Amino acid sequence: MIQFRSLLRSLTPVGGALAVAVLLILLVGESPFAALWAIVDGGVGNVSRFGDTLTAWTTLSLAAAGLAITFTAGLWNIGVEGQVIAGAIAASFVAREIAAPTPVMVVLTLLAGFAGGAVWALLAGLLKVKGKVNEIFGGLGLTFVAISLSTYLIIGPWQREGIASTSGTDPFPGNAWLPTWGDLRVSVVSIVVAVAALGTVYVLLRGTRFGLRLRAVGQNLQSSALFGIANTRYLLAAFMLGGGLAGLAGAIRVTGFYHKLVPGPGGGHGYLGILIILLAAYKAKWIAPIAFFFAVVAVGASQLPLRLQIDASLGGIVRSVLVLFVLLAGGWQARRSAIGQRRATEEVEA
Amino acid sequence: MSLELRDIHKHFGPVRANDGISLTIEGGTLHGLLGENGAGKSTLMKILSGFYAPDGGEILLDGELIRPSSPRDAIAHGIGMLHQDPLVFLPFTVVDNLLLASPGGSRLDRRKARQELGEMCERFGFTLDPNSLVRTLTVGERQQLEMVRLLWLGARVLILDEPTTGISAPQRLKLFETLRTLAAEGMSVIFVSHKLEEVDELCERVTVMRQGQVVGHAEMPCPSERLVEMMFGSAVEIEGREPIDLGDPVLEIDRLTVNERLLSLDNLDLEIRAGEVVGLAGLEGSGQQTLLRACSGLRSADGGSIAIDGADLTAADYAGRLANGVQFLPAGRLEEGLITGLTLTEHLVLGDPNTPFFVDWDRAEGAAAETITANFIKGRPASTADQLSGGNQQRLLLAMLRPGLRLLLMEHPTRGLDIESANWVWGQLLARRTDGTAILFASADLDELLRYSDRILVFFAGRVIAELDADITDVEQLGFLIGGKVRDAQ
Repeated sequence: MIQFRSLLRSLTPVGGALAVAVLLILLVGESPFAALWAIVDGGVGNVSRFGDTLTAWTTLSLAAAGLAITFTAGLWNIGVEGQVIAGAIAASFVAREIAAPTPVMVVLTLLAGFAGGAVWALLAGLLKVKGKVNEIFGGLGLTFVAISLSTYLIIGPWQREGIASTSGTDPFPGNAWLPTWGDLRVSVVSIVVAVAALGTVYVLLRGTRFGLRLRAVGQNLQSSALFGIANTRYLLAAFMLGGGLAGLAGAIRVTGFYHKLVPGPGGGHGYLGILIILLAAYKAKWIAPIAFFFAVVAVGASQLPLRLQIDASLGGIVRSVLVLFVLLAGGWQARRSAIGQRRATEEVEA
Repeated sequence: MSLELRDIHKHFGPVRANDGISLTIEGGTLHGLLGENGAGKSTLMKILSGFYAPDGGEILLDGELIRPSSPRDAIAHGIGMLHQDPLVFLPFTVVDNLLLASPGGSRLDRRKARQELGEMCERFGFTLDPNSLVRTLTVGERQQLEMVRLLWLGARVLILDEPTTGISAPQRLKLFETLRTLAAEGMSVIFVSHKLEEVDELCERVTVMRQGQVVGHAEMPCPSERLVEMMFGSAVEIEGREPIDLGDPVLEIDRLTVNERLLSLDNLDLEIRAGEVVGLAGLEGSGQQTLLRACSGLRSADGGSIAIDGADLTAADYAGRLANGVQFLPAGRLEEGLITGLTLTEHLVLGDPNTPFFVDWDRAEGAAAETITANFIKGRPASTADQLSGGNQQRLLLAMLRPGLRLLLMEHPTRGLDIESANWVWGQLLARRTDGTAILFASADLDELLRYSDRILVFFAGRVIAELDADITDVEQLGFLIGGKVRDAQ
């Protein structure tokens, strides 16, 4: 009974978001079923689209996994998009400057991506713990810097031979591309990296002293200090790990999707990661399915304007409305649990 | 303007902050409200001034039933409260602070306000510049501003909560003079304090509260002995402590200076030996908390040095001192001791310095169940800390004290525990003396201080005004000293 109720509770916001989507589609005079089918078919309808969806899934999952760490530490790492971009720039540097066989290049670009994201997040972290700059503002500022840096590199030092273009750099040498099999447009490497990251974050947060201490730091800095935890070190470690995972996502964006550096290579996947981790209630185990849903909608919605008179941004609207509904439901539950809390105390006392 | 309170009740969870309080305050009197910390004075005054709604009881103003629903509503009835920390807006000017809460339309008449402010200042002999920023005012001046504001809004009952904390001696004289003037004009003044000397000096009648109830009234002047007895209860028989041979010095404090906003520790020297228990007495915020936090490394020293076992740890933070055997048990259990949302098992794992990197949760849960039983905690391994009652939260904190400590620092170690649990807890704490642990604790419970300390330091306004041998001190003498009456006690 209780399980049924909690299932109903978590499905209510999904139903609400769907209702809004249906209403919007009816308003523009199209069939909701046709639109839904266009999204699903566009996301997983054939091998190549499924490959695109899986590639998006890997980067969304990595960004959200990194955010699971920073949220656990009580940090609003809104600068995650900038960390994805910093990882993409660092990986691009390695891809352009180093010539080596593919396996070596894969390892080097991923390492560079991790380092780039970690350093970018560390900057936001240092601004917070040393400069008392809220991580939301520091992170946003650094994201603008990262976007500008990618644009500068593309029209400046890394510009294409003879063509002044903001469409991106020359494609990387083939050795620096993430390897794929046959027609499938997704690399096994990126899937392995994403799955490994999700597993590591899950174990780290659930089964280790580090994860427990991070939760303590995130809940109450004063109490955690009295447990002898060096708060600053844990906050910075959370920034670097979270930023590193976001940086991995950036490396995969440029070596497995664009195969070159484009302006703002994050493509909003860092920001989408925030929505995913909010929907997942900061729990690593829910990231994979929610990220898959987001990936299907992101890739599938691009089919909407081709098949129906609907703009692709409908996908974004549905996603955002869903997040709003879930957050609303969460706030409502928090109010209710304040009452339940008292009952629980009485139960414990009894 | 006479004020009558009838059978006021206010509960916070299981705590009866006000338990059937009836009280009459005649117009034109200076009425003192005495009681130690936690006696329920502030709660009662917050009910009167509209901050809290009472769970039961009636408030009558000149025989008319009123229900102040907010501070704004209370002042509309003529009841104004001056808080210990004046509720002023620091970045605003004096005149804007006055206008901020003024009733009426959206038009601000600064000139009129400035003029009226000037008249009131002249009447009371205050010197407030209407155009200076409140940030630049002293605490005493902020208090004057707040008082002027309340009178300007039409207060006829004025409540002052510990108004002399943090103000200078001349400002205190000025304050008392003003209050006398106001009372002579027919205003009712309620003066909340735990300082006997001030009540003695100022008030005409006194009501004493203890544990949420009114324990007695007195017309002033009244012998201080009687007030002390009402405040703290009659002296309890003190059991002899198990004597113990003291070891080498564990804690050595040399000319410690710590500056805080309202209070400073200045060149404080202290030495505590292994196995010694030192109690810190005094009103809340007289310097005991500052000393404990400086010893623990949570508050850095502005001068002087702190050494543990001969090693200078002045520069070490809390984690550094914890590694050297110093542990601190704070008064704010859920605020700075425990972590909301984490279970008892998770707390015990966090508190165990030998936890491996990969946590074996099954084993940890079993160990937690044993700890819970051994410490009589009412809760389960999977209960979260915030689900526990205050007393059980304290037992959990005590269960997380590390073995083999050199120095144990505590604030109110048994607050919220019944007598039996408190005795058990102290049995456990005193047993640590045989391992050479030194204990330094602050408490508002005089019996606890006398029963378990070897030495008691009495703090008053940041200074140690007396150092007592607990064996030859009684509750009455201690009560006098806490009230700042050094001469009478000697």
